[in-house]
Amino acid sequence: MTEPTFLFGQFVSGLTTAMFLFLIASGLSLIFGVLRVLNFAHGSFYMLGAYVAWQMVQWLGPRTESFWLAVLVAALAVALLGAVIERLLLRHLYRREELYQLLFTYAVVLVLGDLAKFTWGTQQLSVPRPPSLEGALHLFGVQIPYYSLFIMVLGPLIAVAFSLVLSRTSAGRMIRAAALDREMLSALGANTNWLYAGMFAVGSFLAGLGGALVTPVRAIVPGMDVEIIVEAFIVVVIGGLGSLWGTFLGALIFGQVLAFGILVFPGFSIFAAFALMAAVLILRPWGLLGKPLK
Amino acid sequence: MLEVRDLRKSFGGFTAVGGVSIKVAPRQIAAIIGPNGAGKSTLFNLVTGHLRPDEGAVMLDGRAITGAAPHDIVRMGIGRSFQRINIFPKLTVFQNVQAAIIAHKGFGKRLWGRSVDLFRDETTALLESIGLGPHAGETSAELSYGAQKQIELGIALASEPRLLLLDEPTAGMSASETRDAIALIERIVAERGLSLLFTEHDMEVVFQIAQRIGVLHQGKLIAEGPPDEVRRDADVRRIYLGEHA
Amino acid sequence: MNARRLPWVLIVFLLLVWIPWFGSRYYTFLATDIVILALFATSLNLLIGSTGLVSFGHAAYFGIGAYACAILTKTHGLPFIVGLAAAPVLAGAFAAFFGFFCVRLTRIYFAMLTLAFAQIVWAVCLKWNAMTGGEQGMPSVPYPNMDWMNALPFLAGLRVGEKYYLVALVVVAVCFALLRMIVYSPFGRMLTVIRENPERAGFIGINVRRYELAAFVLAGAFAGVAGALFGIFNRGVFPDFAYWSKSAEVLIMTLLGGMGSFWGPAVGTAALLWLHQQITAYTQFWPFILGTILIILLFAFPGGIVGAIDAGLTRLRRRRRA
Repeated sequence: MTEPTFLFGQFVSGLTTAMFLFLIASGLSLIFGVLRVLNFAHGSFYMLGAYVAWQMVQWLGPRTESFWLAVLVAALAVALLGAVIERLLLRHLYRREELYQLLFTYAVVLVLGDLAKFTWGTQQLSVPRPPSLEGALHLFGVQIPYYSLFIMVLGPLIAVAFSLVLSRTSAGRMIRAAALDREMLSALGANTNWLYAGMFAVGSFLAGLGGALVTPVRAIVPGMDVEIIVEAFIVVVIGGLGSLWGTFLGALIFGQVLAFGILVFPGFSIFAAFALMAAVLILRPWGLLGKPLK
Repeated sequence: MLEVRDLRKSFGGFTAVGGVSIKVAPRQIAAIIGPNGAGKSTLFNLVTGHLRPDEGAVMLDGRAITGAAPHDIVRMGIGRSFQRINIFPKLTVFQNVQAAIIAHKGFGKRLWGRSVDLFRDETTALLESIGLGPHAGETSAELSYGAQKQIELGIALASEPRLLLLDEPTAGMSASETRDAIALIERIVAERGLSLLFTEHDMEVVFQIAQRIGVLHQGKLIAEGPPDEVRRDADVRRIYLGEHA
Repeated sequence: MNARRLPWVLIVFLLLVWIPWFGSRYYTFLATDIVILALFATSLNLLIGSTGLVSFGHAAYFGIGAYACAILTKTHGLPFIVGLAAAPVLAGAFAAFFGFFCVRLTRIYFAMLTLAFAQIVWAVCLKWNAMTGGEQGMPSVPYPNMDWMNALPFLAGLRVGEKYYLVALVVVAVCFALLRMIVYSPFGRMLTVIRENPERAGFIGINVRRYELAAFVLAGAFAGVAGALFGIFNRGVFPDFAYWSKSAEVLIMTLLGGMGSFWGPAVGTAALLWLHQQITAYTQFWPFILGTILIILLFAFPGGIVGAIDAGLTRLRRRRRA
């Protein structure tokens, strides 16, 4: 049970899960960092990304490089939906207590969940892997699918890209300023409306992207929205709400806890994940790499 | 009665209070003045337990109360009003003060009985004594700024303090409102034999009623003594009063 | 104001008692559901409405109470009264432990920690097969011994479900009476003060954390009672009693009725459960309807049903005066 090959296999599996989660959780963290909204519907955007990607593949025909086009379209569609929801509805609740914003995002979860069920039914759907990434790498006796490698590389790439945007560009500077002090920013004349809509769109884009990219690996099924949002919350809390590298770290930790929790006893993983979340909140509420909220 | 010894507090690299020592005797009226950012509110927060000092001590009647929690400090006899309005907005004026009295008398732990019936006479008496009698039934958030400041005072008095800390009691008031407020405060303090320590911007007020004045500048006391002494102090005139002269 | 309210409560209570006789089995079933969950929602409102503490994990105590009662009565064969007494004690104990950590946090962190603890409870209930039956839960939790009811002529003819409804109704009524007493007591006033301005509350001599913890424990205990009653009614106790979606459900019921009034959550529970029954008869897309209702509520009726009625009555009164 504890042979090196098995352990390495679990490690790789944990890494893949981690990078997937990072992709999705980073959007959640970003939205919280700037808008101070914990978006329950983030998981729904993930799910919609998956369904739209599947739909695109159905229309464009499977097994061609249409997969990548489908992924892009799905992510953009979800981003657009996010921006619309934020501009039309969510922004009217900013003045109210946080509870109302949270419950609103939960209401969106309910609505989008049923819309998806209505449109695509309750059966499991799946998308075949793009031909360019079929096959696997054999390393240390473990089969690592090329697709998983792709995800494992994509995660850090996106983290680094975002990090550069935040630190080097003027838009990035505005985002960081907004995370620190929203009122001041609007007092300085920055167009916070576009900033909020934009941030919400970017976060949702990441969720949709994650959902679209997960289609060759996981089944598309009702309930995937709820499942992923719980995991994303854990990651973001552990790493630190609003911190990009915190989310990265949190995802890595969570991925490994999930992978190796099996060894302690079955079911230990979920217990351990929530226990870890509770421990972080008790000892260091703003997360491992986060900063205390104002 | 109150003694502050060498109190220090820094936030990051910024020293808000850098070694302040003051004494307030029983039944004395003392004032702390200084420009914005001099550290007056921080000093109050340190005395009343809202902040823990990095160094130094706060003594009440010879007993150290440094770093005690606000609710304990209230029980020891210090009442405070806040610079910004800090009342219970959705409750009526009556309920604001009544709640404070209920808490003070130790009835807050009672799970039975109706709170609306408790201490009605005491509440009415207190409201009358500070001139809020006619407004008792109104929602406190709807009252004028000056009236809300009076509620602040009422809540502080409900805890039957021996020392009253008032943080800018006349901030934002017109000349006539200020006159009324100061007259009220003077009367209350005299009637109940309280010590008073307050901070102020309005120099007329300070020199009118304070028996001792401390001047705070960038976290340090640059002068301290009776009003005449302070008025003549060269440093004070240069740094602070010079702007008014 | 209270003189005008009291008869209403009595009238509603008498109507509720009468249901097994004038209503069908269906109405008794629905009434049991509503009555028990109304207690659950009102216990949550002690936290949200009275103290201003938004908990996302209240279902944990509902679940703990349910399992406590079920384990004692089914696994160990103890009488119902023991199970019913143990539920609030155990739920309250867990609330004390969890609450100790939760009240040291504010706002979003408080909410997240309550959620984390609730999920831990759920995970334990799900996996501890030996104690809780694991995923299968504990089906067929026994009814309390209600033979003594046969001694009373008008009760003898009732079915088991109807007899149990009356037992639950009495327990819930007692709990509501206690909760109402607490909310209107000096302690309740202190909670209100904490909700309005926690900083100032400290500065009138209130140890805010201690009071919040007390509220947390009381809320948890009453939720435990509701859980115990529900487990029997539901003919089984299952891990999802503690799942966050249950916490969300009760949160919505509280909001729907109105967090600002004592009877708000009860009204919200009745409205939501009745609506659920009506709508699921026609369509499977209840979540969509619920989501839409919630959105309308948040934008147009933040005070819930009771809040809307209150506002309407105030406007009527003003027009009459003018």
